[in-house]
Amino acid sequence: MKDTTKEILERPLHGVYRWWGDKLFLTISVILGLSIIALAFAMAWVLFKESSLALNEFGVVGFLKGRVWDPGVNFVFGALPFLFGTMVTSVGALAIAFFPAIAIGIFVGEYAPKWLGAIIENLIHLIAAIPSVVVGIWGIFVFAPWMREKVYMPVFMWAADHAPSLLPIVGTPIGYGMTTATIILALMIIPYTTALTRDAIRQVPKEQREAAYALGATKWEVIRMAVLPYARGGILSGAILSFGRAIGETMAVAMLIGNKNTFPFSIFGPAATMPSVIINEFREAVGNLHLSSLMAIGLALFVISLIVNLIAAFIIRKYSITGGQAV
Amino acid sequence: MKTLRRRQIQDKIMEGLLVVSTITVLIPLVIILAYVIYHGFGALNWSFFTEELGSPARAMQGQPTGLVHTMIGTVVVDFIGLIIAVPIGVGAGIMLSEYPEHKLNPVLRIMNDTLNGMPAILKGLLAFALIVKPMGTFSGLAGGVALAFVMIPIIARTTESSLMTIPWSIREAGLAIGLPRWRVVLSTVMPAAKTGLVTGFLIAFARAAGEAAPLMFTSFGNNYLPNHWTGMIFGPVDTLPQRLYSLAISPYAQWHQMGWAAAIVLLSFVIILFVAARLLTRQKNY
Repeated sequence: MKDTTKEILERPLHGVYRWWGDKLFLTISVILGLSIIALAFAMAWVLFKESSLALNEFGVVGFLKGRVWDPGVNFVFGALPFLFGTMVTSVGALAIAFFPAIAIGIFVGEYAPKWLGAIIENLIHLIAAIPSVVVGIWGIFVFAPWMREKVYMPVFMWAADHAPSLLPIVGTPIGYGMTTATIILALMIIPYTTALTRDAIRQVPKEQREAAYALGATKWEVIRMAVLPYARGGILSGAILSFGRAIGETMAVAMLIGNKNTFPFSIFGPAATMPSVIINEFREAVGNLHLSSLMAIGLALFVISLIVNLIAAFIIRKYSITGGQAV
Repeated sequence: MKTLRRRQIQDKIMEGLLVVSTITVLIPLVIILAYVIYHGFGALNWSFFTEELGSPARAMQGQPTGLVHTMIGTVVVDFIGLIIAVPIGVGAGIMLSEYPEHKLNPVLRIMNDTLNGMPAILKGLLAFALIVKPMGTFSGLAGGVALAFVMIPIIARTTESSLMTIPWSIREAGLAIGLPRWRVVLSTVMPAAKTGLVTGFLIAFARAAGEAAPLMFTSFGNNYLPNHWTGMIFGPVDTLPQRLYSLAISPYAQWHQMGWAAAIVLLSFVIILFVAARLLTRQKNY
């Protein structure tokens, strides 16, 4: 007995079990981890380098303020129409989606019976999984024509009869345009916002609710005074992350916004966003300046997404009780 | 001071409002799903799975066309992405969860979240600059790399959180019987977290499989099957999301029909992956 123990203890161990095994493992993990950091920096560096031609030509401010995008004749490129289109559609989509998404989150978390809540939640996750292009094809063949017949045409006809001065603001009712894209964007971010709201509400401790009930609050008062204040950081950062999603959403918007590259935009008429112009023109761009300008739009998109993500991370850190652990 | 009666009425009103807004939002979302499923299955036929697309003239003359090359291409490109993304994502996840004291971790976590929040189209631009430009041609490899950029942050995040659910006592048990740290991670922690890891891979795979934006200028698209299988990796390749976009914006009615068929195939693919992922997590909870 004693001999076997001694034998085991003195048996020479393979090297990986003695000292370099752990070092090797840690080194490999760190290299793989570093490659993610490198990837993030590579994205910034590549976009910066590739866009330098356009930024040198027009200047950073000049490029961002430029109102003309002319890849055909004069080769002048300005990003303002796309910045404007992205901001209007994303803010509009968030404005439409915000309250309904929170309402679903509250309903599922607080009101619905367990079986119904589970069904709605699974449905929301299922809908969030629909690829952007699939929503896009529905938008092209069903939603945009329907909007044209039922909404845009009546409004346009009314404006033509009663207030002709409004016509340039209303825009041509072809069905593909800023309003259509905004509504589709809103539909696409609702599941995402709802899921994040639901997560935030789930983290509210039971005691918080029970304390409010014990004071005689009605169910709505419990939600308003105990649940929502506790979950506000999560809900707010969720909304901001959804806004980031809307900014970067590409395919469905490119299919529905009508792709008009120059001002003036109108409410129903076509417009363009930063991702949609890259998708539409990158494949066909031949001139170096044109390619570089598209990369510069990518750089602007990168910076905006970065800022939005950092704001969301900051809000989570600031409001969360756990002190900014991963949500 | 509000009376109790008024407060109860307010309570009921708010409940009604919540129910109404839930229903009004869910209806259009369900309509999209139902319409795509109904229309998509109607547009499916046998030649869709056996023929290649060819030129528009082929569809106009009523000859059988399909997207067999697209489906093969999708599988090839998606799996290239998965093969690249899994080691990197899992490695980073191990670093975040098993070496929580490592100095690089806060930076890694921020960079990973940043990368995850970046629009997929920028990942396509990155893959274009890193792979397409040096190679001089659009290729399935570039598409796979672009999709890997989509998957990596998701896999890193899910790997970290599923490894974290394994209690430290299990690691300590392994260390106590004299196992080195790498053996503890590979032989006790990762097998215990197996379901969570696979669920993460499935979610990342499904997310990437639905993305069209990173593929438009990396794998580019192709109307025909390549002559040789290497063409799937080193030449332009068709993928379902990107082909669906091209079909939908094309001017041919036959291609629109095929777009609906492509939509239902893509949707089924993605939804099956997601349902598999959810079923796996449910099993873990029991």
